[in-house]
Amino acid sequence: MNWIAILLALGVMALLGLVFGIVLSFAAKKFQVDVDERVANVRAALPGANCGACGYVGCDAFAEAVVAGKTPPNGCRAGGAGAAAAIGEALGIEVTPAAPMVACVICQGTAGVAKDRYKYDGYRSCRVAASLSGGPKECRFACIGLGDCAYNCKFGAITMRDGIAYIDKNICAGCGTCAGICPRRVIELKPLNAQVLVRCRNSDVAREARSVCTRACIGCGRCVKECAYDAIHVEDGFARIDSAKCARCGKCVTVCPCKCITLAGAAQDLLESARNNAAV
Amino acid sequence: MMSEATGIVKILLFMVSCVFTSNYIFSQFLGICPFLGVSNKVETAVGMGLAVTFVMGLASLFTWVIYRFVLLTLGLEYLRTISFILVIAALVQFVEMFLKKSSPSLYKALGIYLPLITTNCAVLAVTLMNIDGAYNLLYSVLNGVFSAIGFLVAIVLMAGVRERLETANILKPLRGFSINLVIAGLMSIAFMGFSGLVK
Repeated sequence: MNWIAILLALGVMALLGLVFGIVLSFAAKKFQVDVDERVANVRAALPGANCGACGYVGCDAFAEAVVAGKTPPNGCRAGGAGAAAAIGEALGIEVTPAAPMVACVICQGTAGVAKDRYKYDGYRSCRVAASLSGGPKECRFACIGLGDCAYNCKFGAITMRDGIAYIDKNICAGCGTCAGICPRRVIELKPLNAQVLVRCRNSDVAREARSVCTRACIGCGRCVKECAYDAIHVEDGFARIDSAKCARCGKCVTVCPCKCITLAGAAQDLLESARNNAAV
Repeated sequence: MMSEATGIVKILLFMVSCVFTSNYIFSQFLGICPFLGVSNKVETAVGMGLAVTFVMGLASLFTWVIYRFVLLTLGLEYLRTISFILVIAALVQFVEMFLKKSSPSLYKALGIYLPLITTNCAVLAVTLMNIDGAYNLLYSVLNGVFSAIGFLVAIVLMAGVRERLETANILKPLRGFSINLVIAGLMSIAFMGFSGLVK
């Protein structure tokens, strides 16, 4: 065996490696970029999914913005309370986690409740149907129900039931993809604890609203009078509930003549019964 | 007359052949990974092309010197592949540090594809072809730089096409990489027109 050749090869490669290593270590010193230690710490506390739900291009950008004070430290939706606590630890401050959000369908226009304008038999997409003569339902604010939101939900939280979307609050991560994709803007992000919702946003005058859907908000204001906490106001022809003031007493639900205010959980039961009726 | 071509004309012809006739992407099919990965925007494509040009030029220089004066004199020619990879890796590391300092936005835009220049087979290919073609130092460096400019031309052309594709109405099964590969194939056929340009 030619030991000299083997040692020579080893020596040459080791020497080359050594030379490059020394040059690179000098270059690393010369081109060193100073990173704010706090940015690195905050970055380490984030999930690193670069989902963009915070409104920044990625976790690095969000971390920089948090340290610079441009955005509240509880802004990471994907990380939730865990990330908020870790960021608080990294920065040495108290961070209160943001209220978890869920997507809510602001419509109850199931088949038979909302009137059909025509029978749509085309490509199964809300965005396509919405552009065809005002959409297949008479109400121009109604959920079209062809499932663009369900198709685009990354978590499988949305199913189409009886002509409108149904969102499972236990699965929904509050990413807001469905709210952005809906051509009717019928899905809104609401705090998870906002249990009382006005599930209509028809801003037409009462007679017109009522003529297209039996569950349409007509802006009568009975809920406003009933509310003892000044949480409900009628604007643009339909009622809105301020979830920060709402005490979840449920009185508005009982007085609403159109049954368009719902308590959490009740909406689901309603849909179930509607489906059973349809099946019979 | 070709036979009376002076040294300068010869060098010019060599450059043209590096960029067009034997384009690394379109006629030798090397370096396809960054070509497809970083060609979605003209700006980053130019950055990638320039980074590859820098690495290829310097790699050609260093590998030629190392091969000629170290490996050849010691009779260790068989070590050329592994030692060239070492040179390229060190150069890429250097470029990465330099970009991080001088142009953080380009550094972020190139992302993972920057360290992947190390495994860009076009870079290794150019250094090995310098040896196989028995080029002298000048031709080795010219081969490195102008082959890389061929890569730059290819990736920038592709990025220009892909920017337009963003708004084009493409059949659903063809969207994404399928249409990109079809376009790369068509561009490759177009580049076949350059063959025979340089004898």
